[in-house]
Amino acid sequence: MTTLDRAPRPPVGSRRRGGARIPLGLLLPAVLGLAFLILPLAGLLARTPWSTLPQRLAEPGVLTALRLSLVTATLATLLCLVLGVPLAWLLARVEFPGRRLVRALVTVPLVLPPVVGGVALLLVFGRRGLLGGWLDQTFGITLPFTTAGVVLAEAFVAMPFLVIAVEGALRGADHRYEEAAATLGAGRWTTFTHVTVPLVAPGLAAGAVLCWARALGEFGATITFAGNFPGRTQTMPLAVYLALETDVQAAVVLSLILLVVSVAILAALRDRWITSP
Amino acid sequence: MRGRWARTVVAGVTATAALAACAGGGGSAGGDGTGTVTVFAAASLTESFTRIGRDFEAANPGTTVVFNFAGSSSLATQIVEGAPADVFASAAPRNMATVAEAGDIDGEPTVFARNQLVIAVAPGNPLRVGALADLTRPGLKVALCAEQVPCGSAARTALDAAGVALTPVTVEQDVKGALAKVRLGEVDAALVYRTDARAAADVVAVEFPESARAVNDYPVAVLADAPNPTGARAFVAHVRSAQAQAVLAEAGFQAP
Repeated sequence: MTTLDRAPRPPVGSRRRGGARIPLGLLLPAVLGLAFLILPLAGLLARTPWSTLPQRLAEPGVLTALRLSLVTATLATLLCLVLGVPLAWLLARVEFPGRRLVRALVTVPLVLPPVVGGVALLLVFGRRGLLGGWLDQTFGITLPFTTAGVVLAEAFVAMPFLVIAVEGALRGADHRYEEAAATLGAGRWTTFTHVTVPLVAPGLAAGAVLCWARALGEFGATITFAGNFPGRTQTMPLAVYLALETDVQAAVVLSLILLVVSVAILAALRDRWITSP
Repeated sequence: MRGRWARTVVAGVTATAALAACAGGGGSAGGDGTGTVTVFAAASLTESFTRIGRDFEAANPGTTVVFNFAGSSSLATQIVEGAPADVFASAAPRNMATVAEAGDIDGEPTVFARNQLVIAVAPGNPLRVGALADLTRPGLKVALCAEQVPCGSAARTALDAAGVALTPVTVEQDVKGALAKVRLGEVDAALVYRTDARAAADVVAVEFPESARAVNDYPVAVLADAPNPTGARAFVAHVRSAQAQAVLAEAGFQAP
């Protein structure tokens, strides 16, 4: 089955040859790029105080912050999936006036410095915010300085990654499967859940992973919107920053823990759900 | 201290300051103290040191002062990792001690200013906060600095001295963060430095007696590896002059 939008595949033979002789113009920048990404990690590893690592890990604040980070990043990703996938579908599949503008607006949290994002969230959900006062008076809900606030801040910053990835996948996917489903009598919702979502599953998974990773590392919006209180809003990045104030080695250890845990989780997920070609 | 990589990275980070120094100073140090003086100063000194630097340049033609303002602990790390600085002005003796222990200062640091805590509240003090004990009122939201940073340890000392047990809604990473929460109206009060409260037009400072128990010293020192030691010494002398002390006093600092 060929697709309409995709370029025709090169013949098998030429692909093999391409694999054997990599052009220097690609190899050199690729290796440099890899080194650029990995060297800071090496710097971190070189400065890790391995001998005191176990006792640092056993410090009570560390596990609390790690658990809070993992929980909030996961909740933020779920929130992004619930809201972001339909948004991506809307942007990819529905023609409406101002679609380009909406598409640009979706990327705003990407270009906004996270601290500014946190202030913006306060201006909406804060005590004097556009919705914050009403939420408090009507439902008794206050978001700043709460764990829910952390989730909100992380979701705000991370959602564009999901939306862009899923929208790209949707636009690259073959419409004709959806049309075939429709001609066979499937409603739009059934088509979406049974045809569209499985079709874009790899893009969806990649978007969710990006979203989760971004949420996990979130600092600026979180500290501004949710503050810093151990056990409630102090995630690992906040703990790392605070540790830098007094003890660089503790900060290195905390960074390393966050890194190891997140890489392990991502690697496990990758093997399971994202099949690389 | 350890690892040349880290040293290189930090040197790279501060290269901006160094580049600016080369561009603005017209060459390196001369024997008469001219050239560029690179000053690493605590963030809370931003306003007053910018003015003091201008005065110093006016009094010493041919001299340019380049500042790197940041949290004292970040500055201490940068200096220990080899950043090319002439003078270090810290908001806390502890960070100066870090630099001194690494053998990076020339001579003894001198205290040139002191800072005290105040309670920062919204303009007009709508909740009538008058003392530390008022901060424990139910429903009243308070921001403190984390105890790892100077304003947080000072707050802890003052609260202990007053015998007040206070649970803040947030412990901020620095004094500006705590102040911002008051300015945005998200908390009702924060313990911040008098100078920070005075620099913010939209908060009111409430003085309290226990702050005298937690006075914060600001030390300054010439650095051992200063590219311009003569200029550095001249700048440190200027910081202790009556002219500079007047600028500091106006910002809300106390004389040592």
